[in-house]
Amino acid sequence: MSGEPALGAAAVPGGIPEREIPAGQGRRLHPLTPWRRAWAPLAGLFAVMVQNVEELRRWTSSVALGWLLLSLALFLACAGLYGFLSWRVTRFLVTDTELRIRTGLLFRRSAHLRLDRIQSIDVSRPLLARLLGVAKLRMEVVGSRSADELAFLGENEARDLRAELLARAAGIAPEAAPNAGEAPALALHEVDPKTLAWSLVLRGRTWAFLVPGAALIPVVWLTTNNLVAALLVLLPLIAANWRASVGSYLTLYGWTVSESPDGLRLDHGLLQRDHATVPPGRVQCVRLVEPLLWRPRGWVRVELDVAGTRSGNREGLLLPVASRAEAAALLGRVLPDVDIAAALAAIRPAPERARWAMPVWRTGYGHAATPTLFVARRGRLRRVHELVPHAKVQSVRLTQGPRARLLRLADVHVDHGADGTATARLLDAGYAADEVAAQANRSRLGRRSAAPDRWLTGP
Amino acid sequence: MHMDEVAAQPPPGTSGDTWRPVMPGLLTMRRLVLVSCLTPPALLAAVLPLLLGAPAWSLLALVPLTAGVWGWWALGRNWRSWCYQERDDDLLIRRGVLWQQLTVVPYGRMQLVEVTSGPLERRFGLARLQLHTAAAATDASVPGLAPAEAERLRDRLTELGEARSAGL
Repeated sequence: MSGEPALGAAAVPGGIPEREIPAGQGRRLHPLTPWRRAWAPLAGLFAVMVQNVEELRRWTSSVALGWLLLSLALFLACAGLYGFLSWRVTRFLVTDTELRIRTGLLFRRSAHLRLDRIQSIDVSRPLLARLLGVAKLRMEVVGSRSADELAFLGENEARDLRAELLARAAGIAPEAAPNAGEAPALALHEVDPKTLAWSLVLRGRTWAFLVPGAALIPVVWLTTNNLVAALLVLLPLIAANWRASVGSYLTLYGWTVSESPDGLRLDHGLLQRDHATVPPGRVQCVRLVEPLLWRPRGWVRVELDVAGTRSGNREGLLLPVASRAEAAALLGRVLPDVDIAAALAAIRPAPERARWAMPVWRTGYGHAATPTLFVARRGRLRRVHELVPHAKVQSVRLTQGPRARLLRLADVHVDHGADGTATARLLDAGYAADEVAAQANRSRLGRRSAAPDRWLTGP
Repeated sequence: MHMDEVAAQPPPGTSGDTWRPVMPGLLTMRRLVLVSCLTPPALLAAVLPLLLGAPAWSLLALVPLTAGVWGWWALGRNWRSWCYQERDDDLLIRRGVLWQQLTVVPYGRMQLVEVTSGPLERRFGLARLQLHTAAAATDASVPGLAPAEAERLRDRLTELGEARSAGL
C-alpha cells in the first residue's frame, strides 16, 4: 500500500522524464483514504433520498426487502470500488525542485508544485483523523488558486514529508533532505486560555448574534403568544453565536507560535489540532487589529498575508490576542530589521483639512514610511495598522478624486504579492506625490537586500 | 479649462523626465465609436416625431446630441491625460482627469507583459500594452500605442524585468 519505497532524490536523476510521475514510482496516500473518498457518493445518494422521500416510500413498499438490501449492497460495493480506484490512481512524488501530485479517476489532474515557491505548509488533524492516527497536509504555492492538499497521510509520514519539503525548499543538499528531519523549534509565545477567553468576550463578533436575538424573542413571543416559536427563532442565532464564541475558543485554544529554521510554526486547537509552517521571507503584509474594547487593555490581534490563497481556517492569523509589546517582539522575528514601535510612533495623522472629506473618521487615518516598512492606519473604533515591507511591494499607485483635489489631498495605494492592497488615505497631495516617488525607490532598494527564496542557501 | 492644465502638468517629484503621450488614433477611434453609438438614437428621436405628426417631440434628439458633444469633449480630455514614462527602474502610467491615477510598476516585479490588439484597434493601427505583477490590484495598461512601439516596450520591459527580477 503506502509501503512502496519512498523515492528520495537519489533515485531521481536520469530516470525521470521532465514533468511526469513514471509508472510504478511515487508514493500513495494512507490506506484509510478510500473511506473518505467513498463518503462522497454515499452522501450524494443520501441527498437524493432525502429529496424524494415520498417516491421512495411508494417504491420501497412495492419492492421486496431482499431486492432493496441487494441493491444497497451493490451500491456500497460500487462506492467502495470507486474509492479504492481513486485512491489507487492518486500518487505523489518529491523531486529536487517539485512536488508532483497526480490524481483523478475520470478527469486526470496532475499538479506540480515548485518547492521554492511554497508559501506555507499546514498539517491538520481533525478529531476523527486524530483518533485514526492520520493527518492532512496542505500546501500553498504562489499562483495556484486553491491550496493543494494530500489527505490523508499517516501522522508520522505527514510530519516527515513536511520536514522534507521544507528542507528541500530551504535548499538543503538533496541527498540529505529526506533525512533532514524536524528542525528544532523554539517556542516564542503561547496564548494563555484565560486571556483568549476574555479577548473573545470583548470582541464584537461574539455578541453580534446575541443582541438581535435577545431583541427578537419578546417580539416573536408577544406577536405569536407562543414561547416555543420564540425559542425556535432563537435556535439558529444560538448556533451562529456558538460558532463565533465557543467554536473560536476551541480552534484558537493553545495557540503557540514557535520559531525554527523552517520558519514560523503555528500550533493550535483543542479538539482538532492544526499546525502551520510559514517559511521565512514569505510574509507580504502584517495587520495589527485592535477592536474597540481591546484597546483599554492594550491587546492586538496580528494577521499575516502570505502569497497564495489565504488559509481558510485561520484567516491568516499569527496571534489571536497579545499585548502590544508581545506582538511587537514577535513581529521583530517575522520581519527582521524592523522596529515596530518606532514605525507606529512615526505615523503622521491625516491633515486637519481632511475633515471636509471625511468628518468623523479622519482621525483614524494615518501613514508612515520607515526605511523598511510602509505603514497605513485606518479605523476610528476598530483600529487597523497595515504594515508592508518595501521589499514586497509590487506596484505603487497614487489616486486623487475631484473632492480630494479641491482639498489638496491624495491616496497612496501599495499593492503587495498576497493580492492585497494597503492604502494610506487622505495624505497631503504634495507629500503623497513625493511619497510615491520615494516608495518606488525604496521598494527597489528593499528588494535588493531581500533574502533569497531558498533561505538556507545564502544570497 | 482648469482641469486640462492640471492634467498636463507633470506630477511633482518626477519632473525632468519625458512623458510620452498615446497615439492620436486612439482618440479618433473612441470618438468614432461614440458617434456611431449616438447617431442612430439621435436620428430616430428627430425623425420619428416628424413622421408621426408631433414635431415638438423632435427636441428629444437634443439629449443624445448633447451627450455626444459632451462625450466628444470628455474623450479628448481623457485622451490627453493618458501618458507613460520609462525610467531606469520602473514604468509610470498616468491617466484620468477627474479621478487621476498614477501607477508605478518596478521592472523587477513584472510577471508578464502582454500586447493585445482587437479588430477595431488593428484597423486604427493601435495596440494595448498590459503589465501583470503578482498583485491582481496592479492595474497597469497603456492603450493606444503604435504596434511597433508596443512591441519595443514589451521587449524592453521583458529584458529589464529579467535583469532586475526578484522573488516574491
